[in-house]
Amino acid sequence: MREAIRRWLATLGGSPALPLTLDRRRIFVLPTGPGLAFGCALLAMLLTAINYTLSLGFALVFMLAGLGQVALLHAFRNLYALKLRETVPEPVFAGQHAGFPLWLDNDASRPRPALQLTMAGADPVTIDLEPKQSRAVLLHVPTTRRGWLSPARVTLNTRYPLGLIRAWSYAKPAQRCLVLPRPEIDRPPLPATAAGEAGLRPRGDGSEEFASLRDHRAADSPRHVAWKTSARTPDAPLLTKQFEGSDGGDLWLDLAQLPATLSLEQQLSRLTGWVIDADAAGLHYGLALPGTRIAPSSGPAHRARALRALALHGLPT
Amino acid sequence: MKWRRTTAPRVAAEPLDQSRIAWLMAVAACALVPHGSHLPGWLIAVAALLFTWRLAQWKLGWPGASGLVKLLVVIACCAGVSLTFGRLFGREPGVALLTLMLVLKLHELRSTRDGHTVVLLGYFMLLTAFLYSQTPAMAAALGVSMTVITAALIALTGPPAAPRALLRHAAWMMAQALPFMLVLFVLFPRVPGPLWGLPLDAYSGTSGLSDSMSPGSISQLSLSGAIAFRVRFEGDAPPARDLYWRGPVLSAFDGRTWRQGSSAQRIGDGVPHTVPGRPLGYEVTLEPHNRNWLFALETVTTLPAGVRVSDDWQLFGRDGVRTRRRDRFESVLGARPGIEEWSGHLDAARQLPRDGNPRARQLAQTLRADSPADTVEAGLRLFRREAFVYTLTPPLLGDDGIDAFLFDTRRGFCEHYAGAFVFLMRAAGLPARVVTGYQGGERNEVDDYVVVRQSDAHAWAEVWLKGEGWRRVDPTAAILPSRIERGLADLPAGEPVPFVARVDLGWLRSLRHQWEAANNAWNQWVLSYDQQKQRELLSRLGMSQPDWRLMTIWLASLCALFATALTLWAMRRSVSADALARAWSGVDRALRPAGLGREAWEGPLDYAARIGRLRPDLAPVLSQACRLYADARYGAVPPAAATRELKACARALRRQRTPPRP
Repeated sequence: MREAIRRWLATLGGSPALPLTLDRRRIFVLPTGPGLAFGCALLAMLLTAINYTLSLGFALVFMLAGLGQVALLHAFRNLYALKLRETVPEPVFAGQHAGFPLWLDNDASRPRPALQLTMAGADPVTIDLEPKQSRAVLLHVPTTRRGWLSPARVTLNTRYPLGLIRAWSYAKPAQRCLVLPRPEIDRPPLPATAAGEAGLRPRGDGSEEFASLRDHRAADSPRHVAWKTSARTPDAPLLTKQFEGSDGGDLWLDLAQLPATLSLEQQLSRLTGWVIDADAAGLHYGLALPGTRIAPSSGPAHRARALRALALHGLPT
Repeated sequence: MKWRRTTAPRVAAEPLDQSRIAWLMAVAACALVPHGSHLPGWLIAVAALLFTWRLAQWKLGWPGASGLVKLLVVIACCAGVSLTFGRLFGREPGVALLTLMLVLKLHELRSTRDGHTVVLLGYFMLLTAFLYSQTPAMAAALGVSMTVITAALIALTGPPAAPRALLRHAAWMMAQALPFMLVLFVLFPRVPGPLWGLPLDAYSGTSGLSDSMSPGSISQLSLSGAIAFRVRFEGDAPPARDLYWRGPVLSAFDGRTWRQGSSAQRIGDGVPHTVPGRPLGYEVTLEPHNRNWLFALETVTTLPAGVRVSDDWQLFGRDGVRTRRRDRFESVLGARPGIEEWSGHLDAARQLPRDGNPRARQLAQTLRADSPADTVEAGLRLFRREAFVYTLTPPLLGDDGIDAFLFDTRRGFCEHYAGAFVFLMRAAGLPARVVTGYQGGERNEVDDYVVVRQSDAHAWAEVWLKGEGWRRVDPTAAILPSRIERGLADLPAGEPVPFVARVDLGWLRSLRHQWEAANNAWNQWVLSYDQQKQRELLSRLGMSQPDWRLMTIWLASLCALFATALTLWAMRRSVSADALARAWSGVDRALRPAGLGREAWEGPLDYAARIGRLRPDLAPVLSQACRLYADARYGAVPPAAATRELKACARALRRQRTPPRP
């Protein structure tokens, strides 16, 4: 019964999209458990007042009843005209907590204390907003699988000021969080290149074959900048050294090269680990997945692109 | 199971923040202090001990009470309560147990739910404090207590805040609740009487006349300045000497004590005989005295519903008067009822003990005259002629009390005179009885109520004369006529006059009148606000035929009205910020028709820069407007001034928006 009522209430609120300003129709109010207890106590007090004909007892009971009514409006007012918006969550590895950032903007010149945000699976977060303050709240949801994680509906609660009445409102964030595959923990070292050399080439051993220079891109590793050439022509843009893109020279992380005994998820997990390793080592690496090829490069943007491809591999978009 | 997590987690799971314990201790203190005057001493000691222990645990880090200790305390205190009061239920034991629960709960503060329990117990304790006192001072004190408890409730829910801020918040919320309280108080349909049987101890410690009279019982009462009842006359109040408020009639005498006789037991629904004369209407507001008789002027002719009258003209309500009650009576002053009295009552009114008081019996024979009226006159003459002294501190009398009083001490109070006179009349063969009640009353000029106090308690005699009926004879008036004219204030010097009866302190007297009028207004309009008063007030406010349906409609409408007003208050936005936003969108509206509207993603300064490139002619005004807005919104410029200037800018831009023709 309770479940049915709650489910019905949950559908009642709808899932209004962000950004959102909480108005009259979006705020719901109901007594809390202590509020119901308060009501029962008032009834008992009223009966006592009637029975003993206590005029001041009546006054006390009516005052408390009025206080309950006022508490309802104060709880409502604590949410009323509050603005909610969202920003894009940072990608996380599966197993970590995805943090959905939600911004609360208090335009009013009064504080809004004890605002509680809950989301399915997330620990509730309680914040106090000062007058004219905007604050971001991260709702942390545990992740298990790679891919897109859609945020659930957010409930914004407040019991302030008396705890007898709960006012709440719903919002549905739209920004999904990218969950990357979990990096394999005891993963083998980076594979050797096709030429048989060790994948992890010591830096500056001279074996890489310098090919040409091209314009510097933001994603290029600073180690590959042609500092000397660039220094000679200070007005020209930075140049990046291009190395010979032979199969033997670049590290290719190829799904097809992995042992077939591993499941797809294990393979992706290993590749994810390798992408992290290769990036940490400052290597030039490419990623080959069935249907996707990312040309060898390096840098944070390249890493992000590779990880994203791994996260979404084989998943419907 | 997914939906479950979307709802708020349970309150009980939230552990109680230690900073809130101070508030809960304050709640307990506020709720317990008003009960200090009537709880049994041992319970106060236990409560104080448990409270101090909790305080030490909080402040000094003492170990808390273990479960076993708490259990033992509960058992011991329940035993103590049942030993003290003889039971565990009822008003007094109930308050005692509530006190115990509250202080023990302080030792069990783990979750927010425990905090809520303390708060609810605190509110309940405030209500029970009104069982003992409902004075304006008590109401004010409990108003303060209520503010503290409400502040504690806010502290339980909200973020940590300064006590002063929380108290101010609580007071502000209570001020907003006040209109609801007033509407509910005036319009909530009042149900008369108790809903269930009240425990026996509900009304103890009330004073007043009793159903018997022995020497000393009334003089004891006369020392009390407590108010017995208040009277409002329809028209002018008669002089004080004519105001005989009839109470218990005592016709049975055992040689020492006068008691109610058979005539008091025969109670009918209407007045027993018709009484000629012009009736005088008045309303009596009787203080509770826990007995079922009422007081009205002699001789009552019209009774309100629910009041019955006995054969000797005593008035009775259905139950003991346990709350202040109001009745309207009509009386004919100076009437002599009972011309055709039943012989059984007359026989009873001649009864004397077989022996005792021989000298008085002898004296009575000498008083016998030809006519009964002359006998009465002879008796009165006796009191006037001999050296009798009226005093509040008469000497003790022995076995033959009437003899001792009449022949030896000759000092006495009204009960001595009335008792002796009736004895003499009976011994002389006339039917006579003692009437107790109140005599006189003091008019309060402030509110025109006549106030009758316990110090006005009096006893007089009634003698039945053939062809005339029961004639009132007041032997006290024969000794000291001023007692009847002016009350106790004229007692001979050296007598302990009740403080309130002194007349010499004029200013004090007027101050007292003011105070008592205020008290009476409080009593009449707040404490005794019952069904009858409610009807009266609502009729005066223009509600014809106020019944509970109409009252409920009004109640609901007015509450809805206040709720709407509060809702509007709650939805009121910050006006200045809003006006600024409107003025800012006015700038956008001014330029949009020319295709120069602001993009949603554009900040004010970017917007000014872009339009400045497109339309250099608009640049000066627009960049000023954009800077104004940015400064008012994000900087320290007051929004009100910026709003005015922004509006001016918008008007200027509207004029300039059509590009000048080349």
